[in-house]
Formats: sequence, structure tokens, C-alpha cells
Amino acid sequence: MDDIFGIPAPLLFGQLLLGLINGAFYAMLSLGLAVIFGLLNIVNMAHGAQFMMGAFAAWMLLAWLGIGYWWALLIAPIIVAITGIILEKLFISRLYKLDHLYGLLLTFGLALIIEGVFRNEFGSSGLPYRIPTELSGAWDLGFMFMPVYRGWVVIAALALCLATWVIIEKTRLGAYLRAATENAALVQAFGVNVPRMVTLTYGFGVALAAIGGVLAAPIYSVNPQMGSNLIIVVFAVVVIGGMGSILGAILTGFALGVVEGLTKVFWPEASATVIFVIMAIVLLARPAGLFGRA
Amino acid sequence: MASDTTITAGAIAASVKPGEGVWGFSRAQLIALGVLVVFLAVAPFVLYPVFLMKLLCFALFACAFNLLIGYVGLLSFGHAAYFGMGGYLAGHAAKVWGLSPELAIIIGGATAALLGAVAGWIAIRRQGIYFAMITLALAQMVYFFCVQAPFTGGEDGIQAIPRGRLFGVLPLDRDMNMYWMVVAVFLGGFLLIHRIIHSPYGQVLKSIRENEPRATSLGYRTDDYKLLAFILSATLAGVAGATKSLVFGIATLTDVHWAMSGEVVLMTLVGGLGTVFGPLVGAAVIVTMQNYLAEMGAWVTVIQGVIFVACVLAFRRGVVGEIASLLKVKL
Repeated sequence: MDDIFGIPAPLLFGQLLLGLINGAFYAMLSLGLAVIFGLLNIVNMAHGAQFMMGAFAAWMLLAWLGIGYWWALLIAPIIVAITGIILEKLFISRLYKLDHLYGLLLTFGLALIIEGVFRNEFGSSGLPYRIPTELSGAWDLGFMFMPVYRGWVVIAALALCLATWVIIEKTRLGAYLRAATENAALVQAFGVNVPRMVTLTYGFGVALAAIGGVLAAPIYSVNPQMGSNLIIVVFAVVVIGGMGSILGAILTGFALGVVEGLTKVFWPEASATVIFVIMAIVLLARPAGLFGRA
Repeated sequence: MASDTTITAGAIAASVKPGEGVWGFSRAQLIALGVLVVFLAVAPFVLYPVFLMKLLCFALFACAFNLLIGYVGLLSFGHAAYFGMGGYLAGHAAKVWGLSPELAIIIGGATAALLGAVAGWIAIRRQGIYFAMITLALAQMVYFFCVQAPFTGGEDGIQAIPRGRLFGVLPLDRDMNMYWMVVAVFLGGFLLIHRIIHSPYGQVLKSIRENEPRATSLGYRTDDYKLLAFILSATLAGVAGATKSLVFGIATLTDVHWAMSGEVVLMTLVGGLGTVFGPLVGAAVIVTMQNYLAEMGAWVTVIQGVIFVACVLAFRRGVVGEIASLLKVKL
């Protein structure tokens, strides 16, 4: 097998793939955060917890009801989105007139509650979730073996991100959404039910996080902390990309995942911090973020 | 203005005219300070001194955090980095370098100041929620550094840190001696913060909180003011962390973890953002709660989450803020 820059090719491509997968999760989560922030002006600190809920919902559907992966991919996000909608109606909607920081504090509190409850119920060791038979095995690409499931995650995440982009940029519903992001009062005056749109948008963003959780369940072990460490990296991704642009969020997510993967090959010790370092550099050079508006 | 659209409504509602009271303290604050001093003098004979020392360390930490959120309107979600690093460096200085406790605390504070200078310099480029996310991300970076760096001892932390002798003379192994030193550190930090927020510099900080573009248009370099406030806050957080690691003889990853950053936010929120005595009361409430609920495991997290939600929805002024507005005084 050939070496590339003195690194064995399988190792390089393996880490590149892992990076792409992490990037897929960064992209989906930062996309959900950006959609929610655009309309609600709230940083959803519970996003990581909702990602974790998606994974647990898939696990529960399989373990308790015998419902498999493909149905879970549809049902789990709906369940989690419904819980999100309830949270929005009960709590978050009371804060829209206050300082944005209160929304951050409230959703942080909600995240603590959700994580604590799951930790009490399931412990922190993690539960296994089998890869569905249709997606098990690996492709021989000539230069490396690629597990089918990992390829599927990247493709599925990419498709979801692009679908979200199409909905927001190309449909009438998306046009309402963008208009409400600019000026909610005016859109309301045109007869659009803005509060309902806000609620559904939150539900949609939460559903994106939950789908991410279902996709992640067979790769990472399903455990209550799986979301909280991920979400801090996603915050850095959001700061780097800026929350103004949907495509920007997707691109930044995947790119940073790849950068992180490559760092793991060339300088493993720095792989945990590289995204934060990039964030610091971007802030010094372009405070509004790569795709952000000042 | 609308009753509580900004994050420090309690402070605005109960502000007093300058010139009233003594040394910047209003009469109500002087009474509260008197009560506090009497409490600190009597408490170690009634309550367990180590518990009180833990409480005071967290109270100073929360006061330092409140300097930023309460008086500049900056929500730092990464203050554990300064608290924890202060603790690590103080522990390292006392144990490996064999320095006396006062020098160890100074080194802990200086480390936090340096870290705060770098992090603040990066973070003040953005406002509001972005500031919170940036400080959180930078603190996570510090956390990963501490996981890997050899001197922190990784998962084990730095253990068996000696308390040593204060100025090389007074042995701090006796809890009562240690207690009086912790009281001195706490009161020193507390009065320093009070002095800062009542100085002309502090007035500019408050004007930045209220309306930053206007402060800029009046000719203030707001970024310099914010950066200095960030460094001061980080330094005091580092001093608090350093003192805590000497009290318990241990510095661990818990103190740099993001959950600790969340805890200090909670303490300040419970006590009252932007009040002088709020963080102290909030720290007392949360530390006491943790003490009594220690056996409940993960439920403590749930309870903390519930308190967060309750405070944000119904109780935004916090304990001290509510009392202050009830008595129509400034606390």
C-alpha cells in the first residue's frame, strides 16, 4: 500500500472518512441551531440533549417495541420534535420579549434536566444499537474498505442538509420563514400565523437534531452524555461559520469535520482542540464568521 | 423602560444616587455587610469550617462572575477554565515548587489573569449569545488541555496539595487558621469588586451594559474597558479556585469542566444578577443543596436544571434582587 506524506493510505482515508462522519453531525446540528436561532433568537443549549434523545428514542423503539431502524428514522424525530414543541409552548415562548441570554439559560436548564433524567434511568455506560442488516458489511473501494453504514450516514446527512436548504431557500414556506426572520411583525400583519410558525420551526430544528441522534446510534454507543460534548464543538462551528447562511453552516460543518480527521492523523494530541483554535483564528481575522453578516 | 427586558433588571430597578451612604455602600448594604461580618466571625464555631470554606470559595467565584454579567452585561459560559486553572497552578506551585500558600494563590490568580487576557481578547469581538458560545468553546479547549497536560495528573488530578504555612509562619493545617485566611481572601475580593463597580471605571462599565454604541460615541474605548473587566473577573475566579484547591488539597478536572461553568451561572442567577450580595447568597444556597443532596447522584443535576428553569421563568431577580425590590433598597 502506498504512503501519502509518509502516512499509510488506509489510515489517512480511514480518518478522512471519520472526519466526514463527524462533519455530517456538525453540519446537521449547526443547521438546526441556525434555523432555530434565525426565527426564535434563541441559542438552543438543549440541542445536544435532543440529539441524545433521538438516539435513545431509536434504542427504545427497538428494545421495547421491536421497531427497527428504518421506522425509527421516521418515528424517533417525530417523538422528539413533539417534546420540543411542548417545551417551546410551555417555557421558551415566554422569553421572546426578554434578553436573548435568558433563552440560553433556560435551554441550558432544560438540557441539565433531560440529561439527568436519562442518566438516572439508563446509567452512563452506554447501550449498544445494532447496524441494520441492509447497511452492514463494507465496500472494497480499492484503496480502503468502507463500512456501508458510514457511507450511508454521510450521504443521508448531506441529503437532509440539502433538503433543508431547498425548503428554506426555494419554497413558499421557506420564504415566509425568511421573511419572519427579517421582520416578524410585518409577516404577522400579512396574515401569517407567526407564533405557530415559530413553534413548528423549533420542532423542525429539534427533529434535525433527533435524526442526527438516530444516525449516530449505531456508530457511537447510546449514552446520556453523547450530546453535551458534541454540542460545544458545534457552538464553535456555528461561531466559525456564522449563523447567517444555511449553505455556509453545512459547508463549515463538513469542512471542520475533515480538518479534525486530518489532525488526528498528523498531530493526534491536537485533534480535540483544533476546531477551537480555528475558531479563535477566524474571530481574530473575521469576527462575524466566514459566512456571517456583521 | 420595560420592566425586565435586560438581564440585570434587578440592579437597574434598585439603583441609588451616587453620594449616598459610606464608601459607595448604601445604608442597607452597610447593614448587610455588618451581618455578613458577624456571621463569618461566629459561623466556624457553629458550622463545619471546611464546609464554610468551600462556600466562601464558591461565593468569591460567583462574585467574580457577577462582575461581568451583572455590571458589563457579558455572559461568560466558560468561567470554570479560570477557576480550575487557578486551582491547578496553585496546587502545582504548593506541591511541586514547595511555595508558601499566599504565593501559590498569587500564582493561581496570575495564571487565570493571563488566560483571561487571551480568552477575553478573542471573545470580546462578539456580543451577546456569541460571546457566551465563544467563552464556552475556549473553556472546553482549556479542559482538553488539562486532560492531556502531564502536570495536571489527568483523571487523578493533583492530589495531596500541602496547605503549608502562611508567610512561612502560620500553619494552615489547622482548619481554624485556614478558615481565617479564606475569610480574608473572600472579603478582600468582595471589597475589591465593590470598589471596582463604584469607581468611575465601574460607571463606564455600567454604561456599556446599558448602551454600548452610546458609550462608544461618548469617546470610550469600550473594548479596552470590557477586556480589563474580563481579566479582573478571571483573576478573581482564579484566586477562588486556587484557594479552594489549598482548602481541599486537591485540584481535579471537575473544576475545569463546563458543568462548573454552568454551576457558577446558576449560583449568580439564584442569588440575583447584578446585586452585590446576590452571588454570595446564591453560592450558599447551591453549595448547601449539593451538600445535603450528595447521595442523590444524577438527581442533583435534574434539580439544578429545575432551579435554572424556575429562576429564568419566574424569579429573574434572584433571592437578593427580590428582597431588595421588596424593601426598595439596593443590596
